[in-house]
Amino acid sequence: MILDGKCPSGPIAGKWEKHRHEMKLVSPANKRKYRIIVVGTGLAGSSAAATLGELGYNVEAFCYQDSARRAHSIAAQGGINAARNYPNDGDSVYRLFHDTVKGGDFRSREANVYRLAEVSGNIIDQCVAQGVPFARDYAGYLDNRSFGGALVSRTFYARGQTGQQLLLGAYSALSRQARAGNVRLYPRTEMLDLVVIGGEAKGITVRDMVTGKIRCHAADAVCLCTGGYTNVFYLSTNAMGGNVTAAYRAYKRGAFFANPCYTQIHPTCIPATGDHQAKLTLMSESLRNDGRVWAPKIRGDRRPPQEIPEEERDYYLERKYPSFGNLAPRDISSRAAKEVCDDGHGVGPGGRGVYLDFAGAIERLGEDTIRQRYGNLFEMYERITDENAYKQPMRIYPAPHYAMGGLWVDYNLQSSIPGLFVLGEANFSDHGANRLGASALMQGLADGYFIIPCTIAHYLAQTRPDAVSAGHPEFVRSVEETETSIKRLLSINGRKTVNEFHRELGSIMWEHVGMTRSRESLENALRRIPELRAEFRENVRVPGREEDLNQELEKAGRVADFLEFAELLARDALYRDESCGSHFRVEHQTEDGEAVRDDANFCHVAAWQFRGADKEPELHTEPLAFENVRLAVRSYK
Amino acid sequence: MDLTLYVWRQSGPASAGRLEEYRAKDITSDMSFLEMLDVVNAELVRAGREPIAFDHDCREGICGMCSQVINGVPHGSREKTTVCQLHMRRFRDGDTIYIEPWRAKAFPVIKDLIVDRSSLDRIMQSGGYVSAHTGGVPDGNAILIPRDDAETAMDAAECIGCGACVAACPNGSAMLFAAAKVAHLAKLPQGRAEAARRVCVMTEAMLKEGFGNCGNHYECQAACPKGIKVKFIAQLNREYIKAHLKDGRDT
Repeated sequence: MILDGKCPSGPIAGKWEKHRHEMKLVSPANKRKYRIIVVGTGLAGSSAAATLGELGYNVEAFCYQDSARRAHSIAAQGGINAARNYPNDGDSVYRLFHDTVKGGDFRSREANVYRLAEVSGNIIDQCVAQGVPFARDYAGYLDNRSFGGALVSRTFYARGQTGQQLLLGAYSALSRQARAGNVRLYPRTEMLDLVVIGGEAKGITVRDMVTGKIRCHAADAVCLCTGGYTNVFYLSTNAMGGNVTAAYRAYKRGAFFANPCYTQIHPTCIPATGDHQAKLTLMSESLRNDGRVWAPKIRGDRRPPQEIPEEERDYYLERKYPSFGNLAPRDISSRAAKEVCDDGHGVGPGGRGVYLDFAGAIERLGEDTIRQRYGNLFEMYERITDENAYKQPMRIYPAPHYAMGGLWVDYNLQSSIPGLFVLGEANFSDHGANRLGASALMQGLADGYFIIPCTIAHYLAQTRPDAVSAGHPEFVRSVEETETSIKRLLSINGRKTVNEFHRELGSIMWEHVGMTRSRESLENALRRIPELRAEFRENVRVPGREEDLNQELEKAGRVADFLEFAELLARDALYRDESCGSHFRVEHQTEDGEAVRDDANFCHVAAWQFRGADKEPELHTEPLAFENVRLAVRSYK
Repeated sequence: MDLTLYVWRQSGPASAGRLEEYRAKDITSDMSFLEMLDVVNAELVRAGREPIAFDHDCREGICGMCSQVINGVPHGSREKTTVCQLHMRRFRDGDTIYIEPWRAKAFPVIKDLIVDRSSLDRIMQSGGYVSAHTGGVPDGNAILIPRDDAETAMDAAECIGCGACVAACPNGSAMLFAAAKVAHLAKLPQGRAEAARRVCVMTEAMLKEGFGNCGNHYECQAACPKGIKVKFIAQLNREYIKAHLKDGRDT
């Protein structure tokens, strides 16, 4: 099937305006008759739930954490982009749009990206109005910094905790609506199934993580704002609880999964130290504003960094990409780091690291300025590594960080199941094959504050409110199926822990479906994942009871889904026989190791449809047309 | 290194809890405290016993989910550090470590080391916000905020809502938590319009939830992983008095 993204016609700059005018509205008096479920309370979920509640809809918001404020958007450090051109350095909506399309290596949908750039400024205003304490200059104006993949300063920030402050802003708006009775919050609740009735999404099945009770919630529309799936690699910068379960179970109910192979490996993370490692910690990309990345020129050089003279250091990003230098996009920087380490120039344990050096910046600007800009990041680095980055360079290495792929959505953020909307990282639409820094926060909030309130009304206006109740047979069936699969997990009583399986899956994925991929590595992964999955089904040990707070059971359900989803990811990576953005197939590269796209055959979205357990999914495509940005070879030299 | 742990185990809110003894073996100094517990839990699962339940998520010190009292100190003895960012290099081979949940009237234990902190959410819901509608707000630069004010607001806004301040307080007071939000918003022009109402309703909500009052022990500041200062409590008090003088409310 050829999928239709349903982008409005006409010139790109007028599409959203025109579309907003053409969409149907729900009258103020009727809004409260509609119930909307929002799953996940990160930037996308909190902003959506708060805004929809404020508009008068009956909203139920769910999260697996103990409070909506703890969703993993909270950990975003560096900043949020907006095309405000406050520094007068030549920025514009068009330039942000252009940078994002180019940064995504021409694999995103133009109309969506333009709209994102268009509303980016409103997001900053909204957050300021909520009391987000963005950095200011002495005159009291908003301050900006630069991020990778851009030559302008358009990133707004709140120290190294921008995500935290934006999320707390959205959480405060959400709290206000909870108080007003427009939003009902369900923390410590995990979505385990999507209920589809008559081809439309009509509710979800959840597990109360305290009592273990499985129950249903019926609604007129469902918004999934459940984040990305990078924990499929086991070690990633995501929160421990981050999972693909909600999205994957929606996929099993008919929602198409688009471009799962687009996974971002972030270049600046703290290297792993051993097998016990539970997760990896990111050091904000903003550090690359003042830090210089280098590795020793001599292979296996074990001298302390301070003793390596200037001429024996390879500032490889500055050397290879003179115009963007240390601010080259994430995919390029990550691969470059892996390359120098594979070539024997890596530093630290196992040679898996490169230096991020602030000595020059400290000499130029003084330690106080650097402390003011990045103090909390340097502290975090010190706590984890016991090293003082003011005195010696940080050691960094790439780590899985973000999923550009996600459930397929059209321009209205509606999935292939009517009534199921997907927002934020959980959808696929805006970042193509690589996301630029400080764009995730922008997208989450754009979707939640400004896009879904318009597009969901268009859907609801054509739907009768309260059409089904939670007593409908489909809900009963969903509860039964969910209970059965939980019982099955608990009854296996094998010899390996859930974590052991997860770690093994992660090592397959990192080794064979990680930063560089080949036909051989992917075929290898596609052999090993089903084997591991089969072993999991026979040999996992999940202790405890179902009707109790049971963290091993929670993990087991998520890892079971990762074990299925990983195969879809690898399959998509094998199908995409080109290199683009984060997806690097060794068969397709230039002599100096840059990605080579195949626009003739792959200038499209690959969206997969579930065809049954252990069966091959069916592929659908959405052609991508580039009418405003010239399809070109991405160059950051 | 090998360690002896005494961990609080409690199967549910209504059951009695007790400290149980566990051995943590072959722990390396670069492990985080929670990774050490992961190792202990893996052993428990293999032995067919129930692992220790504890809250955690981001493991980078920002989500505020982790919440353990280690040797009597919320988040352990390293200052400005959450449990998840505490590393085993702070401990020595042969050490004995006591691990307990947050203890406060307003934080009932759910299981083992997990407590119910929804009372903090309800304090926020009472008025911890600016009543800004989505859309229809002025340009971000139309509201000028002197750098120092923005920085002070940020100092308060850094609160991660973990509740260590409550756990550390002999009165089980959430004063530092409430004050951080009151001060953050009161410092900014956007938040001034509702400052008087906000401080009153948040204080009221705090007492209603069963949190105690501030006795100026300053234990909260010492325990706070984000280094939030008690000076914000002074500001809460100032805002509170101002609100009552202004409205002629009955104190």
